[in-house]
Amino acid sequence: MGTSIPAEQRSSREAPELQLFSTMALIRAFETRVSELYRDGEIPGFVHTSLGQEAVAAGVGTALRDDDYVATTHRGHGHCLARGMEVEGMMAELFARGEGICHGKGGSMHIADPARGVLGANAIVGASLPLAVGAGLSSKLLGQGRVAVAFFGEGAVNQGAFHEAVNLAAIQSLPVVLVCENNVYAEFSDSRLMAKVPSVAERCASYGVDASVVDGNDAAAVYGVTASATERARAGDGPYLIEAETYRWHGHYEGDAQPYKPEEEASAWRERDPLEVSAARLRERGETSDEELERIRAEAGERVERAIERARELPAPDPEEAYADVYAD
Amino acid sequence: MSTQTESGSETRYIDALGAGMAAALEEDERVVLIGIDVGAGGGIFQVSKGLYDRFGPERVIDTPISEMAYVGAAVGAAMTGLRPIVEIMFMDFVGVCMDPILNQAAKLRYMTAGALEIPVVFRMQTGAGKSAGAQHSQSLEAWVAHVPGLKVVMPATVADAHDLLLASVRDSSPVVFVENRRLYSSRGDCEADQLPLGRARVARAGEDVTVVTWGQMLRRCLAAGEEGPASLEVIDLRSLRPLDMKTVIESTRRTGRLLIVHEAVQDFGAGAEIAARIADELFDELRTPVRRLGNPAVPMPFSPELESALMPTSKSISEAAQRLKMEG
Repeated sequence: MGTSIPAEQRSSREAPELQLFSTMALIRAFETRVSELYRDGEIPGFVHTSLGQEAVAAGVGTALRDDDYVATTHRGHGHCLARGMEVEGMMAELFARGEGICHGKGGSMHIADPARGVLGANAIVGASLPLAVGAGLSSKLLGQGRVAVAFFGEGAVNQGAFHEAVNLAAIQSLPVVLVCENNVYAEFSDSRLMAKVPSVAERCASYGVDASVVDGNDAAAVYGVTASATERARAGDGPYLIEAETYRWHGHYEGDAQPYKPEEEASAWRERDPLEVSAARLRERGETSDEELERIRAEAGERVERAIERARELPAPDPEEAYADVYAD
Repeated sequence: MSTQTESGSETRYIDALGAGMAAALEEDERVVLIGIDVGAGGGIFQVSKGLYDRFGPERVIDTPISEMAYVGAAVGAAMTGLRPIVEIMFMDFVGVCMDPILNQAAKLRYMTAGALEIPVVFRMQTGAGKSAGAQHSQSLEAWVAHVPGLKVVMPATVADAHDLLLASVRDSSPVVFVENRRLYSSRGDCEADQLPLGRARVARAGEDVTVVTWGQMLRRCLAAGEEGPASLEVIDLRSLRPLDMKTVIESTRRTGRLLIVHEAVQDFGAGAEIAARIADELFDELRTPVRRLGNPAVPMPFSPELESALMPTSKSISEAAQRLKMEG
C-alpha cells in the first residue's frame, strides 16, 4: 500500500493557499448559519453539516478541472460550494423554495448542479461510488478526459457498493478519484470499531488501487494529492484513492447531541481547525495580513447572509412543481 | 422492425431482442451494453450473441458479478452522456442492486428538477415453469411499477421484443425491461403492429370477457380464447408504466367483465391496481366483479408438478372467464 504518490507522479501545481482559505471561509460561514437556521426551524428536513471538514472540500474542489464530475454524500454542502455552486441557489434550495437550484425538490441531502459537474449529494451511504465510476466510464468512452470524483465517508467503506465499485473502476482503469473523508464516526459509531482493518487506504490496496493517506485538515495537502491523482487518472493510469483524515465537529445530523464522542478528542480536533492551519501558513509566508484574512471571512459571512435574506423572501414552489420532472416526456 | 432481423414468421423472440440491441448500438454510439457475461460469452441465454465481436469490448462490457457496482455505474454513465443497456441476469437478482434503480435512476431527474436525464434500460428476465426454483422464477414487475420515475416494459411478442427494446433505449427515462425466458425460443412475425411504447394492444377481439395480461401469460390467454365457450377479448398491456388504461376501459365497457391474468403472485400484484382503476372508472357499468388470476402467494417450488399446478393455464383461464360470463 502506497501512502504517498511517487515523486515522479506528483503534480507540479502549487496549492493556491489563499484561494483555499477563501473557499473554506465560505463553507464555514455557510455551514455555521445553516446549523443555526435548522435549529431555529427555518430549514426543514434533515441537515448534515461539514464543519471541521472544510479542507477536504476546498482541496479537492480547487484541484479539479472545471468540467470534472463530483458525486457526493448527505454531507455535501462543502463539496458543492468548492465546485462553485451559487450560494443563493443552494440556500434557496435548503429553504425549500421554488427558485432553489432543484426547485425545492432535492433539499440538503440531494442538492445538485450538473452544469457544474456536481451530480448530486446523495442520501444513500455509498451510492456516490458506483455513480462516479459510471461517470468515469462515460468520460473514458467519450474521450473527454474528465475525472469523476466520489466523495464518501469511512462508514461507506463497509458497504458492498464501495468494494464492488473500486474493483470495477480498477479493472476498467477508469479516471476516477475516490475521496474518503475519514471523520472517525460512521453516523453515531466509532468506525475504528467497525472494521478489523480500519485503514481505508489499506483495504483499498487489496483491489490493486493505489491510495494516499493525507492530513484532511490541511487543504494544501489535500490539493496536492488530488492534483496528482487527477493527473494520473487523466493520463489513463486508472483510479486512485485519497483517505483524508479529518473530524466532524457537529453530529451525524444537526441536532445529534453526540454522547458517543469523548470530550478531549473533540476539543483536540477543534484545535486543528482547517482554517487556522491555512491561516498559519499564510502568515508564515508573510504574504497575507490578519486583517486580510478577517476581511475574507467577513465577506464570506455577508455573502451567506445575503443568500439567507433572499431565500427568506422567496415563495414556496408552485404546487404544480410536485408533478414536474418525473419522466423525460 | 429493423431489416437486420431475419424477416417473416421464423424470427425467434431471443433473436429479436439481440437485433433490437444491435440496432440501438448501431444507430447511436452513446449506447453501450453492460452486464455479467454479456460480452465474449454472448450472455447466459445468448441474447447478446455476436454483439461483442461486432461492437467491441468498449461498448459491450463484461463486468464482475457485482450488480450493485455495474448497475449503479450504468446509472452514473446515463447521467453523464451514455445511454446504457444494463443486463441483470435474472429479475430475482434486483434484490442485490435495488438502490441504483429505486433511489438513483428513478429519483435523480426529479430531485434535480430535470437537470439530469437518466436514459438507461435495465434489462432482466423472468419466466417460471422450468424448475428454476424460488430464487430464479419471480415476476417482480409490481415492485418496480410501484416506483414513480421508472417505466416498466414487458414484451410478450417477437415484434415487441425488438421494437419495445429499441423504443426503451431511445426513451430518455429509466426503463425496466422485463423479458420472459419462456418466450425466448418462441417464433413470431417480427413485422407485426409497431405500436409505440405505452400503448396496449388488443391481441384478440371478443365479446364476453376482457382479459388483460402481459408477458408469458399472453399466449395462455390466447389459447384460452380458442378453447371457448366464452368469447374473450385479450389485451396485451405491453407496459405497466405507462399504463394504457384507455384501451382496457374501452374493452371492459363493452364486455362488462374483466379478468386480469399475470404470472406474478396475485396478492398485491399489478392486477390489483388495474382492478382498482376499473372499479373507479366503470363500477356502474360492470356486469360482474373484476377477477384476478395469478400465482398463489407461495414461493415458486422446484418440483415441475407443483410449479405447473400453481401457474395459470389456458384451462384455468378459460374456466375463470366462463365463470365470469355465467355470473352476470
